[in-house]
Amino acid sequence: MAEAHPVGFQWVMEAKKRGARIIHVDPRFTRTSAVAHQHVPIRVGSDIAFLGGIINHVLQNELDFREYVVSYTNAANIVSDKFQDVDDLDGLFSGFDAESRTYDPTSWQFAQEDDDEDLGRAQADDAGDTAEQRNTASGMQHEAHGMQVGAKPPRDETLQHPMCVFQVLKRHYARYTPEVVEQICGVSQEDFLAVCQAWTENSGRERTTALVYSVGWTQHSVGVQYIRAGAILQLLLGNMGRPGGGIMALRGHASIQGSTDIPTLYNILPGYLPMPNAEKHQTLTDWIDSVRNPGSKGFWANAGAYGINLLKAYWGDAATAENDYCFDYMPRITGDHGTYRTVLDMIDGKVKGYFLLGQNPAVGSAHGRAQRLGMANLDWLVVRDLFEIESATFWKDSPEVATGEIVPEECRTEVFLFPAASHVEKEGTFTQTQRMLQWREKAVEPPGDARSELWFFYHLGRMVRERLAGSTDERDRPLLDLAWDYPLHDEHGSEWGEPSAEDVLKEINGYEIATGRPLSGFGEMKDDGSTLGGCWIYAGVYADGVNQAARRKSRHDQSYVAPEWGWAWPMNRRLLYNRASADPEGRPWSERKAYVWWDEEAGEWTGKDVPDFEKKKAPSYRAPEGSDGVAAIEGIDPFIMQGDGKGALYAPQGLIDGPMPTHYEPVESPFRNLLHGQQGNPTRKEYRRADNPMNPDPREPGAAEVFPYVFTTSRLTEHHTAGAMSRYVEHLAELQPEMFVEVSPQLAEERGLEHMGWCHVVTARSAVEGRVMVTERLRPLRVEGRTVHQVWMPYHWGQGGLVSGDSTNDLFGISLDPNVLIQESKVGTCDVRPGRRPTGPALREYVEGYARRAGVLGDGGNAVVTASAEAQQESAAAQQGEQHSPQQQEDQ
Amino acid sequence: MTQTPHKRSLLPWPVLRQLADGDLLGRGRSVRSKRTDDVVPRTTSADRVAHSVCPYCAVGCAQKVFVKDEKVVQIEGNPESPVNRGRLCPKGSASKNLVTSELRQTTVRYRAPYATEWQDLELHTAMEMVADRVLKSRKDSWQDIDEHGRKVRRTMGIASLGGATLDNEENYLIKKLFTAMGAIQIENQARI
Repeated sequence: MAEAHPVGFQWVMEAKKRGARIIHVDPRFTRTSAVAHQHVPIRVGSDIAFLGGIINHVLQNELDFREYVVSYTNAANIVSDKFQDVDDLDGLFSGFDAESRTYDPTSWQFAQEDDDEDLGRAQADDAGDTAEQRNTASGMQHEAHGMQVGAKPPRDETLQHPMCVFQVLKRHYARYTPEVVEQICGVSQEDFLAVCQAWTENSGRERTTALVYSVGWTQHSVGVQYIRAGAILQLLLGNMGRPGGGIMALRGHASIQGSTDIPTLYNILPGYLPMPNAEKHQTLTDWIDSVRNPGSKGFWANAGAYGINLLKAYWGDAATAENDYCFDYMPRITGDHGTYRTVLDMIDGKVKGYFLLGQNPAVGSAHGRAQRLGMANLDWLVVRDLFEIESATFWKDSPEVATGEIVPEECRTEVFLFPAASHVEKEGTFTQTQRMLQWREKAVEPPGDARSELWFFYHLGRMVRERLAGSTDERDRPLLDLAWDYPLHDEHGSEWGEPSAEDVLKEINGYEIATGRPLSGFGEMKDDGSTLGGCWIYAGVYADGVNQAARRKSRHDQSYVAPEWGWAWPMNRRLLYNRASADPEGRPWSERKAYVWWDEEAGEWTGKDVPDFEKKKAPSYRAPEGSDGVAAIEGIDPFIMQGDGKGALYAPQGLIDGPMPTHYEPVESPFRNLLHGQQGNPTRKEYRRADNPMNPDPREPGAAEVFPYVFTTSRLTEHHTAGAMSRYVEHLAELQPEMFVEVSPQLAEERGLEHMGWCHVVTARSAVEGRVMVTERLRPLRVEGRTVHQVWMPYHWGQGGLVSGDSTNDLFGISLDPNVLIQESKVGTCDVRPGRRPTGPALREYVEGYARRAGVLGDGGNAVVTASAEAQQESAAAQQGEQHSPQQQEDQ
Repeated sequence: MTQTPHKRSLLPWPVLRQLADGDLLGRGRSVRSKRTDDVVPRTTSADRVAHSVCPYCAVGCAQKVFVKDEKVVQIEGNPESPVNRGRLCPKGSASKNLVTSELRQTTVRYRAPYATEWQDLELHTAMEMVADRVLKSRKDSWQDIDEHGRKVRRTMGIASLGGATLDNEENYLIKKLFTAMGAIQIENQARI
């Protein structure tokens, strides 16, 4: 954190000054470790084993915050007795289908009081086609809402029922003892227990513990389950929805949170509404009901209004109740259309044109060679950036030009490099890591022909619409009917003016159509077409016609919560689910940790933040029989976007790879899974092709000799991701001028590497070179009884810029987490050799020689399902009855 | 700069002034010169200040952008911000260098198929060419129904990557236009 988010880290230092204990768990000793109380080196890719060990420590010693756990989590819910856990099935959960490598989650559900016929429709909804859910990364919709479970599952609040979540969890993690943690993670029992002690002693009524992570957790084939493990722990210890607690994702780009909320992503629409699917969302009602999920508790019950407001914002007057608000204008997704699938489709010649908008995949995405070969096989490519980045010049100076795989005279891709406006040359909002929107004023005009994306896309849309004017082709209606009239600032002459970002923000916020009055919140959105709004979770950012994101009241003139600096979604709440900061009766858990509470006299919730709860709903409120939606949220249900209002220790829905995190080895690992026959995540997304070979798993003979080491990557303070904003900047280039490879003194000795000399790192995809940095910041770990060496590299370089070097992401193959389709690019296996790598065509021969020796040339990978045949059969047999699609359920 | 200009010392060698003044660490008057006293911060002579936010990571450090003669002359952290309290990291501190760099592209560069060099292109001409190509690729790769006969109304011929460094308003228009166009392979860094 000190390295990649240094200014955010000042708050950790503030906490340290006030007595907080700082623990840094990282394979490498960094600038963060230097100021932490404890640095715990860990084997890359073993975090679930580590966290599972802490969960086990909490459960075995009854250190959980019991009152919080009983009231606010699903610990008391009873799980179906059809559920079988990984210990019975060699690392699989029940319901596994080996052919599609997906689970039928029916047996994971909560028990029903009645028979199967009455399986809540809410539950059955998600028990549909999980292969399809994997392809559409449906887990991402959960960013703004939780899983969809029935509102009233049976509960045992004594937590004694053998199938209650608490007991299921306790059995699941019983194997994660300190000895096992030591064996898998390479963390000494002493270090591990010190972490357990610090975490549990600093949680409870009087104290809270915060958990911070970044892409060191997300970029794994089990990335979502890493974060789930953190969530389980924080819920057990009562650290969610409370000041000083929580799980903080430190995001790496200025508006990466914004580009998820208002997504430029294939599977979601603004506000985490699903992109319509050809199969599931044939009508407006299908689409809305799939979100609204009748029978569940919570605010998604109003999804009809959110969806219709988006359609009205898109198609304006053309969108009417009679034509289902132009729902048919939406293109449909049918599977995996993610960036990696698309790049492989480019190699296969299926994609004609590609836009790159402030992104440099030639350096920043996994498997750089595949990225560049894809770009070289397009009809046209538009790159919009500040500098002449590698993704714009692949045709003349990429590594593939050197190897002869791309020949400029034979490469047909037409390339347009448009100069982009910088952050000071345009107005608009970023949404930062804390969900806060901040408005930026325009300081100066962009130089020369540089323009904003707002300008580029507004005018591209205008020109496309002008060309299609008068078309009678049905397919052109969505473009011709598009609401695309934005007022222009006219500094470039009236036709080519810059659109007003503030007017776009007003549309995002939403307004009453008849009067133009901006909505003050999503509660004002109507499902009758009388209001429109482009992103329901942002409703309120333009309340009262005031740009709330532009607020800059000094921190000296307001409370530490600082509610009048910028604006946070939803409804300016700075701390989500903050109802949990008060006890079930609505009183603060302790004076130290008071945040929001129920004011009995005034009959409302109040406190230091905007309460994340209906203002007038008393803690004593209990839902009437048969209620759903918002009315079903009881006064003691703080997690108001969850289907049952409770924090999920166990997730019966919405995850492709299991209801609880369980340890799997990374796709590439020198170790066999100590716990189960199932080696890696059995449901991970794979692309098996000759151009995407994965290093062999340790079962393969000779694997350990060819690629014996583990490697990982991360950032340097002085550079930014793929380098487009730092390698071209003099000061930063000077501070970190060269690609390097960090190795321990022991590994340097083993491979004959010389400090400051050259070395190169090899995988089945490529070989990259850098200067050797021999340092004790990396230390060999003892794992499963033998020594493992870990290698670390920054990934900021490419052939362009003031300082150039090999690109570390060239080393990775493409293998994805099944829930969100993020690639495993924080761990792999490799070889390290002294000296520089071969150049020209010899590089490919060299790399292919490694792949051949490892036995992975041409076939793309190893067996994914490695649990025993019996376990596979038993898991499959646990599928009860046949699957029902939502439509069939309705018919019953 | 709040120090009062002092009478110029007659001792020419700073070390002699240090000794004479007892300023052994060389942090006081002994190391001041006329030039030092004449220097004023760029922030005080700026024509205006724009409120901005650092473009690098997602912490959201508030910046003050100082402008003189329509040029950015300084970028500093905003001390009023509850996020960064005026601080910037090495990257944020280098953001003036980022926006004023002479390496920035300021004209459209065009590489024709099979060409070995860039050529220049007028901005509006380039826009016309891109609009033509978008419509042609859309037409050539249009699907009303997919291979299973399901209505899909889309093109699989146009893809886009990027958005995490852009503004919400920009992402909003990008997704809106591509959706209306029928392009669905729209992605950004959040997937990565």
